[in-house]
Amino acid sequence: MGAGHHKVFIGMAAGVGKTFRMLQEGHAEQDIGRDLVIGYMEPHKRPETSKLAEGLETVPRRRVTYRDTELEEMDLPALLARAPELALIDELAHTNPPGVEHEKRYEDVRDVLAAGIDVFSTVNVQHLESLNDQVVELTGTRVRETIPDAVLGEADEVVLIDLTPEALIDRLRAGKVYPGESIEAALNNFFTVENLLALREVALRQVAQEVEAKRLVVEEPLGTREERVAAEVPKAVGERLLALVRPQPSSQRLVRRAWRSAQRLGTGLDLLWVKPPNQPIEGEVERQVTALRHLASVLGATFLIEESDHLVEGAARVVRERGITYIMVGESLPRRGLAKLRESLPQRLMRATPPGVDVRIVARRERKEEQ
Amino acid sequence: MTVEHVLIGVALLAGLVGGYLIARSRWGERRSERPQAIHQILLPFTGTAISRRAVDAALRLARAEDATLMPAYMAAVPKSLPLECAIPAEAAKAMPMLEAIEQRATAQGVDVDSRIERGRSYRHALARLLDRERFDRVVVPATAEVGAGLSGDDLVWLLEKAPAEVLILRPGPEDRRFVTANGAQATA
Repeated sequence: MGAGHHKVFIGMAAGVGKTFRMLQEGHAEQDIGRDLVIGYMEPHKRPETSKLAEGLETVPRRRVTYRDTELEEMDLPALLARAPELALIDELAHTNPPGVEHEKRYEDVRDVLAAGIDVFSTVNVQHLESLNDQVVELTGTRVRETIPDAVLGEADEVVLIDLTPEALIDRLRAGKVYPGESIEAALNNFFTVENLLALREVALRQVAQEVEAKRLVVEEPLGTREERVAAEVPKAVGERLLALVRPQPSSQRLVRRAWRSAQRLGTGLDLLWVKPPNQPIEGEVERQVTALRHLASVLGATFLIEESDHLVEGAARVVRERGITYIMVGESLPRRGLAKLRESLPQRLMRATPPGVDVRIVARRERKEEQ
Repeated sequence: MTVEHVLIGVALLAGLVGGYLIARSRWGERRSERPQAIHQILLPFTGTAISRRAVDAALRLARAEDATLMPAYMAAVPKSLPLECAIPAEAAKAMPMLEAIEQRATAQGVDVDSRIERGRSYRHALARLLDRERFDRVVVPATAEVGAGLSGDDLVWLLEKAPAEVLILRPGPEDRRFVTANGAQATA
């Protein structure tokens, strides 16, 4: 039995209509004869949503007692025993109380998928682990329930449920999101136009990245380099930068340059040190590695260490794995002796990486000053 | 001695010379990667300008002592955010300042190793940096402006706690020159 198909409905905030859309698509699936159940749905006291759930079979919730409180949770064993073709499961980031099969609902969903059952699920963008800090910075609100980004990456389909901030606030004022007594508090805290604009941008970017990642499927290289470059061009809808660093103070300038380029392109930045396997990380090297890790954290970049005897091979591996489109390297020291006969690093990188990857050299400061 | 002996001799010699050149070239590459033990002078600052007098004093000291200058931008992270979160807005302020200082340092032949340090306050950021790194000296520009840079209390704290020689430069009334993101600049 193969794994089920996972479709995730993602939105910028509560109330954009994720559950509603999931139920609508559920009805459409049922109308064409598919066997489906609602594994778990959270109506949030929204009459329109509850009404739409009518006519769809629901697996009864189970009651779990936690700290003298009785909670209603998804009944995973009952859902697996029912074995429908498709299950609708709301709130992917939900944390289960102790005593059930898994700590998190996305882990329940993995079991359901593994049983060959298709799943429709919902999640808000601020629940993604990697975006959690960014969302806090933008909105000042931290959510405690998060899911690993891989859950979204593994999904077969990701559908963005989009709404303008103004339309969402109108829905909130009309009582379609929260009950009357909570509306004012929500409007004064989280549901401001500024917050929602920022979250909408994050959600749009996230889904664009997911789409891009699925488009950039590694294919067998065919034809000449020029033909392959031409074939890759339409796929280059987004950029990702990689700066090749060494544990040396001079790398800081390279990182600054790379970060500014990444900012201009509105894209992510990876810092990579290709470490010779026998080189210990201690003493001054350790100090510089810590400094680079620290700088990456300040800038929101990712610091990677790849062990390899060959700089170019190690870098090319990371370039392929992370879908890098742009590599920045520091200017090499003048080569001496037989090293002069060897091809330069940028040329070797160009040859080893997929077509369409650009390489840029950042000049050494001392050399610039000499000119 | 036959022709074969001569050829073998030439081949051996060529092998030895080739091996020596390869070893020398690799040794040269590794040596260039190997960082050396260093003396460090810390130049902490905040904001988008730093007294040019302080920068020049730190550079003079670094050159005289063959030390590395560590200009360090102190960023205060609001309590609503995690201390270790990314701070792109602060980094955008720090970057051009660090570039400008590095440019002056390079022109004077001084090695630079820059930092951006986070803390709940400037003092907290400075304390974290002092915990992590070792310095021989700290050069700090005192400021007369309230709310700009390190306060008088911070400087007293630094004198008491810093495990290094602390040099506090009092701004003179005639000292109106700053290093900013646009390089050296004089203000009225």
